[in-house]
Amino acid sequence: MSKRVLERLRAQFGERILETTDFRGDDTAIVAPADWLEVARFVRTDGECLLNQFTDVTAVDYPEREPEQPRFDVVVLARSLEKGHRIRLKTRVADGESLASLFTVWAGCAWGEREVYDMFGIKFDGHPDLRRVLLYEEFVGYPLRKDYPIDRTQPLIPYREDGQFMSKLPPFGQDEGQPWTRINWAARLQGRDQQVSPAIALQQGQRRALSDSTAGDHPESDLGTVEE
Amino acid sequence: MEPIEDELSDEGALELPSEPMRLNMGPSHPAMHGTIRMVLDLDGETVQDLDIQPGYLHRGFEKSCERGTWQQVFPYADRLNYVSPMLNNNGFAQAVEKLLGIKVPERCEYYRVILGEIARICDHLTCNGASAMELGAFTPFLWMLKLRDFLWDILEEETGARMTHSFARIGGMAKEPTANLQRHIEELIPKFERTLAECEDTVLRNRIFLDRMEGVGILGKDRALELGATGVMLRSTGVDYDVRKAHPYSVYDRFDFEIPVGHRGDNYDRFLCRMEEMRQSIRIIRQALAQIPKEGPVSVDDVRVVLPEKPEVYTTIEGTIAHFKLVMEGIKVPPGEVYSFSEAGNGELGFFLVSDGSGTPYRVRCRPPCWFNLNSAHEMLRGGMIADIIPTFGSVNMIGGECDR
Repeated sequence: MSKRVLERLRAQFGERILETTDFRGDDTAIVAPADWLEVARFVRTDGECLLNQFTDVTAVDYPEREPEQPRFDVVVLARSLEKGHRIRLKTRVADGESLASLFTVWAGCAWGEREVYDMFGIKFDGHPDLRRVLLYEEFVGYPLRKDYPIDRTQPLIPYREDGQFMSKLPPFGQDEGQPWTRINWAARLQGRDQQVSPAIALQQGQRRALSDSTAGDHPESDLGTVEE
Repeated sequence: MEPIEDELSDEGALELPSEPMRLNMGPSHPAMHGTIRMVLDLDGETVQDLDIQPGYLHRGFEKSCERGTWQQVFPYADRLNYVSPMLNNNGFAQAVEKLLGIKVPERCEYYRVILGEIARICDHLTCNGASAMELGAFTPFLWMLKLRDFLWDILEEETGARMTHSFARIGGMAKEPTANLQRHIEELIPKFERTLAECEDTVLRNRIFLDRMEGVGILGKDRALELGATGVMLRSTGVDYDVRKAHPYSVYDRFDFEIPVGHRGDNYDRFLCRMEEMRQSIRIIRQALAQIPKEGPVSVDDVRVVLPEKPEVYTTIEGTIAHFKLVMEGIKVPPGEVYSFSEAGNGELGFFLVSDGSGTPYRVRCRPPCWFNLNSAHEMLRGGMIADIIPTFGSVNMIGGECDR
C-alpha cells in the first residue's frame, strides 16, 4: 500500500530521496536535512500520499558514526487517514546542527520536537517554543545521548548524608541491575570497548566493523578474533 | 461578565486594571489527575492562555530500557499506563516479536486479547468514574471502582498481580489461562452490565453533569489529526480510527465489534465513547472466550526466545544453557528498527525499537498516546472557563506514568 508513497516520493524527488527501506513492512525514506521540510510538506499535502495524521517524532543516537557521518537519526512517523498507509521519514543530523521544524506541517510536532530537543539536544529551526519539556531547565546535558552515563543523577535538592532517617538516596548504584549487559559508552567511544555487540547494519555505516575495534587487543578481552 | 462590562463602559469613569492574572494549577492539586502543572493566564474566569508543563513523573523509561535486556523492559512497560498495564505488556511484546519476525501461538493471541480488553475496561472505568466524581457525582465513581476491583480480581487470579502484572513475555505469555477464567468472566458480565447502566442513569440525565460536559472542551477533527491525538480523543471528533479495526493486529480481525464515534468532540462525546467501548470490549471478550483454543502452547517453541520449562532447566544441560543465555545475555534480537503500534487505553501506543543485534535494546521509543492527547488539550482549554479545566482535563485521561515516562 505505502509502496506507492515511496514510489511517488522517488518520482517527485529523485536523487534527493537518499534511500528507501521496507524492513518488516515499515516503509522508510531517508532524506537530507536540507530537504526535510519540503519532503514532509509534500507527503502531507500530496493527493496520493496525504499523510495527514501525525504519529510521532523521535531520534536515535549513533555516536560511533562520527565524524564520518552525522550522529543523530531524526525520525518522523505519519499516517494517512483516508488511505490508511504509514510512512517513516528519516534524516541524519550532526551534533550541533539544527533541523527545520515540522511544526508548520503537523502541529503535533510542537511537543514531539521539544522532547527530542530535551533528550538529544537537537535544535529545530522555526519551532515556536523550543525549551525543555520533561526535564527541568537546570538540567545539564541530554540524557538519551549514548555518552550520557546512565547512573548520573542531577538532584535539585542534594542527597542527605547516609544514616539519616528517611534519607534521599541516589536511585541506583553502579553494579545494580545487570551491569554485564550494559555498554560502557565512555570506554567504547575511546575504542576501549570490552563488550562488543554484534554490529548493526555495517553497510549503512552505523557502526564500526568489529574488526576495526581494538577490543581484541585489550588484555582483558576474550574477543580475540572476529568472525566474518 | 458581559453585562457588567457594558454598565462600566456606560459610566465611563471607572477603569479596572485589565492585566491578566497568572495562576499556577498543580503540580500537586486535588482536582488534577496525576502530577502536572498548568500555568494559566486568566482574564476573570476565562483562560486566555495556558502552558501545560508535564515531566514531574519523568523517570527515564527510555534510558532505563537501554541498560537491561529486552525482557527486562516489561516491568517498566507496566508502569507506563498503570491503569491498564496489560495493554502495555501486549504492545511491547508485539513490537519485539515484529522485530524478531516471530508469530505467537493462537492461544496466546486470544489470551492477550482477553486480558487486554479487561485492562481497557479498567482504564475507561477509572477515567469515566473520575470524570463523574469531579463533577460531584461520587456514587458512580465508587460503583465503577468497585467494578474495577472485581476485574482486578480476575487479573490477579490470572497473573498474580493486581496492577503491575509483567505477565506478557516476548514470544508468549508467562502462564497459560487458568481453568476458571471463563467462569469468572461470565459471572462478572451481568454485574458489569448492570453497574454500567446504573452509572449512566445517575449522570446522563443530570443537569449539572450535562452542562459541564456538553459543548465543553471541543476539539476539531482536522486539528485532532494533525496534533496526533488518537484513541477516544480522536474518535470523539468523528474519526473512526481505532488500530484494532484500521490495522487489525493479533486476532482482532476475527471479532465482530464496533467503533463508537462522537460527532462534536466535546467531553460528553468522550464520556459516551468510553462507555460504549467498554460494552464493545465485553463483546470482544465473549467472542474470544468462545474461540480460544482449550489446549496448546501459549509460547513459541524456541529456546532462543522463551525460557525453557523448569524441569528441563534442572535436568538437562541444553535447558540449563538456554536458561543461562537468556537470563544473562538476553534475547538476541536481529539488527534493525521497527515501529509497532496497538490500541491502548488512551489511543495508539507505539514502540519504535532499534536493535543492534545484542541482548540489550539500542533504543526503545515509546509513543505515548497521552503525550499527544495532552498537547491537544492546549486547544481545548484555551478560551474556556477555569472551572472547565477539570472535566476537560479529566476526559483527556492523562496518565502521568505514560505521559512523562
